[in-house]
Amino acid sequence: MSQNTLFDKVWDLHKVANLPGGSDQIFIGLHLIHEVTSPQAFGALKDKNLNVKFPERTIATVDHIVPTDNQSRPFKDNLAEQMINTLEKNCIENKIKFFNIGSGNQGIVHVVAPELGLTQPGMTIACGDSHTSTHGAFGSIAFGIGTSQVRDVLASQTIAMNKLKVRQIWCENKLSDGIFAKDLVLHIIHKLGVKAGVGYAYEFAGPAISALSIEERMTICNMSIEGGARCGYVNPDDKTFSYIRDRLFAPKHEDWDKAINWWQSLKSDRNAIYDDVIRLDASTVEPTITWGITPGQSIGINQKIPSKNDLHPDDQFIAEEAYEYMGFKPGQLIKNTPIDVCFIGSCTNGRISDLRVAAEIVKHNKVAKNVTAFVVPGSEKVAKEAKEEGLDKIFLDAGFQWREPGCSMCLAMNSDKLIGNQISASSSNRNFKGRQGSPSGRTLLMSPAMVAAAAIAGKVSDVRDFLEK
Amino acid sequence: MKHKFQAPIGKISKIVGKIIVLIGDDIDTDRIIPARFLKCVSFDHLGQSVFEDDRKNLQGEHPFDLDSNRGSSILIVNSNFGCGSSREHAPQALLRWGIRAIIGESFAEIFYSNCIAIGIPCFTLSKDLIKNIQNNENDALFEIDINQSTLISESLKLNLEIKQSSRNMFLTGEWDATSTLLENINQIEKKINDLPYTRFNNYNK
Repeated sequence: MSQNTLFDKVWDLHKVANLPGGSDQIFIGLHLIHEVTSPQAFGALKDKNLNVKFPERTIATVDHIVPTDNQSRPFKDNLAEQMINTLEKNCIENKIKFFNIGSGNQGIVHVVAPELGLTQPGMTIACGDSHTSTHGAFGSIAFGIGTSQVRDVLASQTIAMNKLKVRQIWCENKLSDGIFAKDLVLHIIHKLGVKAGVGYAYEFAGPAISALSIEERMTICNMSIEGGARCGYVNPDDKTFSYIRDRLFAPKHEDWDKAINWWQSLKSDRNAIYDDVIRLDASTVEPTITWGITPGQSIGINQKIPSKNDLHPDDQFIAEEAYEYMGFKPGQLIKNTPIDVCFIGSCTNGRISDLRVAAEIVKHNKVAKNVTAFVVPGSEKVAKEAKEEGLDKIFLDAGFQWREPGCSMCLAMNSDKLIGNQISASSSNRNFKGRQGSPSGRTLLMSPAMVAAAAIAGKVSDVRDFLEK
Repeated sequence: MKHKFQAPIGKISKIVGKIIVLIGDDIDTDRIIPARFLKCVSFDHLGQSVFEDDRKNLQGEHPFDLDSNRGSSILIVNSNFGCGSSREHAPQALLRWGIRAIIGESFAEIFYSNCIAIGIPCFTLSKDLIKNIQNNENDALFEIDINQSTLISESLKLNLEIKQSSRNMFLTGEWDATSTLLENINQIEKKINDLPYTRFNNYNK
């Protein structure tokens, strides 16, 4: 059993009680809600005649269903309008702070909370969304919950949960030029598999992780769940503290000093005990791209799609399903695969640093004929910052569409969807069958830089060829 | 004939029903309930849309469409079932279709905890035993005894695995957690005052 890791420390600090059944009752320091997984929770509270216990510890925004073309109200989609409406009502009735469209602070919940300084080290954070693991980049312990647990957090600010084991993923050396956090996390998921993380929290550590910016660390922690881990984190350091400093909800003045004193004490001990340790060499990671229907089915840009016999017996069944669904043959190169749609955005890669990298590649180039390319900033703040830097213009000049913030085509709950069996190059997090809105749509996951390169070339390309130009 | 949906309630110690077999690894929650069906403010109508895209694709041949599986309540799956999104809509859709227990090689974490939270016990069995059940699919009535962790039919008796804490939660009714959690309201109030950060991060702006 793990000891003295950051996870152990934060868990123990937030433990309220041992529950009779044997699980722990854990206090949730920050609860984030959105329109999709909260209405039934508020409904259940009403049914049980309960109130929101600590409304100041829950913050709401709207992201999954928002249209990214025309956001005027009422939305064209009645169901989407009903959902935002319900959230608005629930927040007013329960005195919950809500960052609505036009507030300047709306956006994807996992982009918004960090940029507002709500996400801080040493906290427990829960949200009815599996990518809540993102917030672990700050050294918080953050995990996705279902609607019944959203209800429990609203009612009691706690949930019942079994303590996770801790696996350290030590990343040696540094990523090479043209290789990004997304490549590293896809590589990790490929190496360990999509279910290796079940029952674990992932601690990402080592020189390659320390070298990453906070936003890159968010990309890594974000996809912990794609590796099966409900929670992933990085021990906080000076980069973490400077990222938080001066943000809207960051502690100010003497509170800042108190906060930083405490935060600096928060890390896994040198002699911490882990349930498991994995070491890998970050310098060997190539631009990585998925070819199949799980985020673990990925290869380096110059590799061939594996044949069944190259794979572990446990991975063969899903590989056959993937060949059939994707229309790819074993032994085929992924490079040069023609692309129909390019999507830059999502809680994985919709931050300002992602847009900057992609814009650098897009600059002075044109989107290939037959490619529909669009950028969906992760939040209103990201959009504003991008406009101030002229990034929107770079994308528009190249032939990208520039959209309003939201989850958009990552899960296609709004009208941004693939059509038929289109192939998308996507900076999002899931390549499941039908994920991007068409039951036969195909998704290739990659870094935003690689998506930008694919948009220009009209086919899967090695972004390093664009950087060297 | 359609029965009115009844959600599980209170102590759960036995589940009796026919099995329904679904073959495949890494079946994600987008497949269990595609995202477009998440546009709802209640779970009430999700049962009919469970596996919608897979079912359309198989034109009546999907296990959830076969006449022989009508009324089945024990779902048999392979590994990493329910991976992906945290949407509780996925187990809610299964529950509303009629599923009352799931037995599989392994489950994704959040899906598993969602199942517990809505009263669907999930058990694990080895790959070989799952395969065995899948290959010998039949119409027999099975009984799951949660206390004993067994699956029994006239011709079969298997020991199932379930986390001790989950097992206790079903036997005591504690799976419906809210009231149990609220019993500790004094400790919760104390915790909020003791946490270092509640002194400096005031969200009440």
